[in-house]
Amino acid sequence: MGTRDCKHISAMASPSIGEAGRTGEWRTSRPVIDHSRCIPVRKNKPSCFLCWLYCPEAVIKRDIPIQIDLTYCKGCGICAEECPSGAITMVAENDYVER
Amino acid sequence: MAGKKTESLIITGNQAAAIGAKMSRVQVIAAYPITPQSPVTEGLSQFVEMGELKAEYVTVESEHSALSVCITASTVGARAFTATSANGLAYMCEQLHWAAGARLPLVLACVNRAMAAPWNILNDQQDAMSQRDTGWIQIYARDNQEILDSIIQAYKIAETVYVPVMVCYDGYILSHTVMPVEIPRQKDVDRFLPRYKPHTILDPSDPRNLNQVTLANPRLNSIGSLCHGYMELRYLLQEAIEGCSETIVAVDREFGETFGRSWGGMTWSYRLEDADLILMAAGSLATQATVAADELRAQGYRAGVLGLRVYRPFPKQDLIEATSKAGLVLVFDKSISYGNEGPICSDLKSALYRSKSRPVVHGYICGLGGRDIKVRELTEAAIRSLLWVRETESAKPTEWLNCQI
Repeated sequence: MGTRDCKHISAMASPSIGEAGRTGEWRTSRPVIDHSRCIPVRKNKPSCFLCWLYCPEAVIKRDIPIQIDLTYCKGCGICAEECPSGAITMVAENDYVER
Repeated sequence: MAGKKTESLIITGNQAAAIGAKMSRVQVIAAYPITPQSPVTEGLSQFVEMGELKAEYVTVESEHSALSVCITASTVGARAFTATSANGLAYMCEQLHWAAGARLPLVLACVNRAMAAPWNILNDQQDAMSQRDTGWIQIYARDNQEILDSIIQAYKIAETVYVPVMVCYDGYILSHTVMPVEIPRQKDVDRFLPRYKPHTILDPSDPRNLNQVTLANPRLNSIGSLCHGYMELRYLLQEAIEGCSETIVAVDREFGETFGRSWGGMTWSYRLEDADLILMAAGSLATQATVAADELRAQGYRAGVLGLRVYRPFPKQDLIEATSKAGLVLVFDKSISYGNEGPICSDLKSALYRSKSRPVVHGYICGLGGRDIKVRELTEAAIRSLLWVRETESAKPTEWLNCQI
């Protein structure tokens, strides 16, 4: 079975999770969160969420604590740059150790 | 047959192009003025302003924007038209690729003019030939009637195969020269050319991300369908263009049945049946070559003309058949692929590689930057080529006609 079965004659996608492929595979460094420094966690109510607002891939969920979908996070580092409390650190994938 | 009650006007090629677009009921026009194209869009803006054409005329700041507007309009389902020349076409280059890759059935009138530097506003075909690999169908018209008719045909072709079409005609020689043109009746055009149906309907309840980043390999989308990678999409475009000859011929035949005129489909010929010596060209030069063929016949040579109407897709099989009985083919190119030779000449040689009876092919570069080409120069070139074949073993290098270096 070839790609002709998709019946498209030009490139197109439906806006939905995963349409652009597993973009998390492109990542060279990952955002690591210290939840104890995150404002919504400290206040225990919806607040700040600048990481959610700035994430260009919409992979951050506005939960307490926040969650990042690493299947699609490209590791751009904008969330770490924007976090006002320094709760997010970018760690090179090669150096990352699961704890 | 509709031909009996139509009116004839004595008009320029540019007016014929504007009327062709108007009768095709284009809905969006965007263009930027450039000589010798400007009267096309001036004419269309007048039609819109006078209420004779219900269309959106978008004024833009560049040719790049003009084609961008047409791309957007075509994407949302409007029939769109633009026209340009020379450096204006070159400025559209990126969007030419985009329109073809997005499979949008646009029609562009290219009023052929020489490319700068140095500045020159006169005719040759370097502008369109330089864009031959952008994925557009290219039609070269030989007179003003064919310009009008080809624009109407072009929409039908484009909207059948979802490939954009460039209708090319020679600057000044046709664009600014008046000749009688029969104007078809609007109701016949409406019957011939149905409403445009885009290949993808944009609907807020079923949104699409169009022409998104498409990587090398096919990918599974979110519902598990295997979607094209970049290479599969390129294959489909080539398949559509290579396969559209049948559509071009069928549309021309149907046009003939409706309006009483057809233009040969991919190629046309003049006194070719028993011709041993063939003069080949595209556009108005091919019409002029018919006078040279008559002159050569009067001198006792069996000469004929092979007119190239469609350059992309290149009509390989038609050319093999049309040249199979000839001993010598002279190709007159009004452009050059620098470092090689005239593009029509090299494409013909490439097509003939498969032919069992290959004629000798001689290439001539002529008419660059509006350099006049006289019938006498064409006949003299033919006689020089015949002598070369008779007296010389080696291949004849490309000759520049009337170049006084």
